[in-house]
Amino acid sequence: MTFDQAFFSLVSVMAAPMLEDWSWFPVLAFGVSILKCLLINTYHSTDFEVHRNWLAITHSLPVSKWYFEDTSEWTLDYPPLFAWFEYGLSHIAKYFDKEMLVLQHLNHASPATVLFQRLSVIFTDIVLIYAVRECCKCVQRDRGSKDILGKPSFVLAVLLLWNFGLLIVDHIHFQYNGFLFGVLLLSIARHFQHRHLEGALLFALLLNLKHIYLYIAPAYGIFLLRSYCFTQDNADGSLNWRSFSLSRLVALGIIVCSIFALSFGPFILLGQLPQVLSRLFPFKRGLCHAYWAPNFWALYNVADKLLSVLGVRLNLLDANRLHKASMTGGLVQEFQHSVLPSVSPFVTLVCTLMSLLPALFSIWCRPSGARGFLRCIVICALGSFMFGWHVHEKAILMAILPLSLMAVENKEDARIFLILATTGHYSLFPLLFTAAELPIKILLMLLFTLYSFTSLKMLFRHEGRLISIPEASYLAGLVPLEVFCELVYPWTRWQQPFPFIPLLLTSVYCALGVTYSFINLYLSLLRTEGAVKGKAKGKSQ
Amino acid sequence: MENWSLVSLSVLLGLVMRWTVSLNSYSGATKPPMFGDYEAQRHWQEVTYNLPIQQWYFNTSDNDLNYWGLDYPPLTAYHSLLCAHVAQLINPEWIELHKSRGYESPAHKLFMRATVIIADIVYIPAVVLYCLYLSDGSSRRKVATMLCILLYPGLILIDNGHFQYNNVSLGLALWGVLGLGLGWDLLGSLAFTLALNYKQMELYHSLPFFCYLLGKCARQGLTGKGLILLVKIAATVVVSFAVCWLPFLSDSQQSLQVLRRLFPVGRGLFEDKVANTWCSMNVLVKIKTHLSAETQLYLSLVATLLAVLPSSVKLLMKPTFWQFKLALVNSSLAFFLLSFQVHEKSILLAALPVCLLINELPLMSIWFLLVSTFSMLPLLLKDGLLLPYVITSLAFLFTSMYLLSALERTTVDILRIEPYSRLFRPCFPRLNLPLIVKWNFAFFILTMAGLSFTSMALDPPAKLPDLFPVLVSLCAYFQFLGCLVYFNIVQLMEPSNKGDQKKIN
Repeated sequence: MTFDQAFFSLVSVMAAPMLEDWSWFPVLAFGVSILKCLLINTYHSTDFEVHRNWLAITHSLPVSKWYFEDTSEWTLDYPPLFAWFEYGLSHIAKYFDKEMLVLQHLNHASPATVLFQRLSVIFTDIVLIYAVRECCKCVQRDRGSKDILGKPSFVLAVLLLWNFGLLIVDHIHFQYNGFLFGVLLLSIARHFQHRHLEGALLFALLLNLKHIYLYIAPAYGIFLLRSYCFTQDNADGSLNWRSFSLSRLVALGIIVCSIFALSFGPFILLGQLPQVLSRLFPFKRGLCHAYWAPNFWALYNVADKLLSVLGVRLNLLDANRLHKASMTGGLVQEFQHSVLPSVSPFVTLVCTLMSLLPALFSIWCRPSGARGFLRCIVICALGSFMFGWHVHEKAILMAILPLSLMAVENKEDARIFLILATTGHYSLFPLLFTAAELPIKILLMLLFTLYSFTSLKMLFRHEGRLISIPEASYLAGLVPLEVFCELVYPWTRWQQPFPFIPLLLTSVYCALGVTYSFINLYLSLLRTEGAVKGKAKGKSQ
Repeated sequence: MENWSLVSLSVLLGLVMRWTVSLNSYSGATKPPMFGDYEAQRHWQEVTYNLPIQQWYFNTSDNDLNYWGLDYPPLTAYHSLLCAHVAQLINPEWIELHKSRGYESPAHKLFMRATVIIADIVYIPAVVLYCLYLSDGSSRRKVATMLCILLYPGLILIDNGHFQYNNVSLGLALWGVLGLGLGWDLLGSLAFTLALNYKQMELYHSLPFFCYLLGKCARQGLTGKGLILLVKIAATVVVSFAVCWLPFLSDSQQSLQVLRRLFPVGRGLFEDKVANTWCSMNVLVKIKTHLSAETQLYLSLVATLLAVLPSSVKLLMKPTFWQFKLALVNSSLAFFLLSFQVHEKSILLAALPVCLLINELPLMSIWFLLVSTFSMLPLLLKDGLLLPYVITSLAFLFTSMYLLSALERTTVDILRIEPYSRLFRPCFPRLNLPLIVKWNFAFFILTMAGLSFTSMALDPPAKLPDLFPVLVSLCAYFQFLGCLVYFNIVQLMEPSNKGDQKKIN
């Protein structure tokens, strides 16, 4: 082969659609990276300043002061490994603009700073790209289809890499979720590949990068204990107590504990653990975030509101004795319930655990491999989202992304995915409230939703219709909702006295869809369990 | 996946790219006293809204023609008037006479950007229809072609970044092409007349339209059916012209003044740094100082006519759609390289027909389209559009190379240089033309990347402040010249066998 042939074959590896190969993958990844670069000059939220401040803290202060520093109101409230990550970034940041690393430079956003921060998100997304590649390899029923667009792995790659939520939360709003979800997806892929220790290591790392992933820690704990530490099942699939492997448990323990020691060790030695933990878990915040995440509590708040209005109308309640602040729902974090009992953090914790227990119980009694585990992760994420204390709307991505993996393999899951992803993504709209970003979020949402509907429909084209007519009409209802909330309502006279109505409507409408998906996920769990039992019975007979 | 969803996805991607580019800076942002094209468009809204139509093109106390005076044909003025009415509804300050000069605000930027993307309803449907009905190959390939055309960075950067409404004039011209391609000659000539009345630079495309239609009439017999068709076409053109110019026809002074504004012959052979022959020759010979204005005018006129003559004659003799597309490229490129008073943005006029060839001649078209974007680099740098320039160019390069598999589809056959290479074969039996083309492509892409980087990163030496713009325009010029030669060869050497007829239909 001459040099020029070699050169052009090298180029064509990057740019040639061939049969049965992965050449489309780099193209998808490159394409979405380009799109991310186009978003560099868009609006960024206060999270941009949060991360700039963390760069400054980790760069200019010794470790012992990281969790005490409070010059800016955006104190460091991620676990230590993330702080180290910021520390690493800060050493590249100094070549862009040294000024961003000065603690006192609050709200510093020079063009070089913006470029650096945006590029740091785009480049750390390489972890996500690699993880998606690994996930795509785990997809079943991938063979057969000659058409690239009809391959489940292709669809999965698009659903994960071009995920609407990740694009707007990371690359417009500004956060590092792409990188973190990359670690999560990689960990899941490792479990699919039976590399459980690696998977556990990655998850331990993830917990020390962002503690919100505690939502799904129960699923990991039960799964590893049940399916890794016990090496055998009985013939009917129940637990064989004698197959317990102590060495496996010790190996797991060492890996997880050493990661935690690496992360929290220095702070324990410094005697700062209580301070670090108080930063990580600020229970002073209210039940709901400023904008209600579309979960059970949003419905609960509205039910309370409706009941109190109804009560006053019917003279069952005394209007003067109702709490005054309650009419500002959607704006003020503290929410006093007037009819229904007020909710404390402890209650939410109990509710969350109650919602997770059946799923955990199910993978303990009837483990169905990595796929059952994945289902459990999604239920845990969604359960915590539904009932957690002070949940952010962004946390819905923790359910949507792993659910994508299931959606390309199973028609039922595809149906749940479409409902959950559409409502969940729509509920992210209030994150971007500036007029200039309105077209972007609508266009990107249309792009992703259209793709997910048509591609999943094509994957399951031989298995009947994906979503029923009531479900479709519910989803179509999002269009008039958006038109009303962002185009019509701001021009009405109600905008001044009741500015929160659009947010309230959005959150309640989406909460219905999320709750519906949650229930359906549980039903699908029961159904698969029934199927497993049926199979087991068939075998034993 | 169904075709309609792929089409919608491509259109959505095109819109996303347009809107994200439009969040960047625009020409003349915060640069008083003259600002840039953005202010020009705003000023036209102000003038057309506040002044009676008779004063639009005249220098009056209320209309200072030296400050971005209206110098586009009436349709542009009507479009400005329409936008002005919307602006009036939102915020009257934006178009207040005199007081609104240099008005800039985030809300106003949003409004102006929105008008451009709304104007895309002329351009984008035309591209979609062209690809679906007039390009060859599988439905996948049609969609791929569509996506590539929609992502062409030059037009996006100038319209949604720099700020202009080329999408309207080019879109109308494309509707013209579409009409002719589908055999609706009257509709096509109507659309092209509208394009001409939106922007006089559409004259670059007029010869191929004329020759194609005339050739077609001649084929049908200039004494019978052809004559009727010719009369019909002529009537359509005349009537649509008259309708566009109606308010200015009452008074010959009015019409003459509009014409004088449209063709400012006094402004010299070229302005700024543009990648055409005169500006490039200027590096060696200072033509502008040696020749009188009139000689310059005649020189450029003769040169242009000579350059377009072969392709026009060929089209007249053989009025097929394929010839028509090639003639559009050759004519507009020749005009760009040789005619009088050319702006760097006029390369978009040549880029549009090249976009139409991207399916048939992928590598050469992609190459040309990248060069055309590159040739506007000095302008884009001035506007602060470096980042979108880099990103959109990369996006276009990779998408089009991948989707159209441009490198594999570079054979003598696909390059359509079979007769040419047969000519050379006796002298150089081992000459591998496609490989030479590929190497040239790689070399020039790297050169352009390097030049883009240096003009961004380095300061020019104090003695030669214009060093980088001149290098950019020279580099682009030689590639344009090569493209002109290539596209002429393809057009003129097209064998007259039946195999080609099949491809055309």
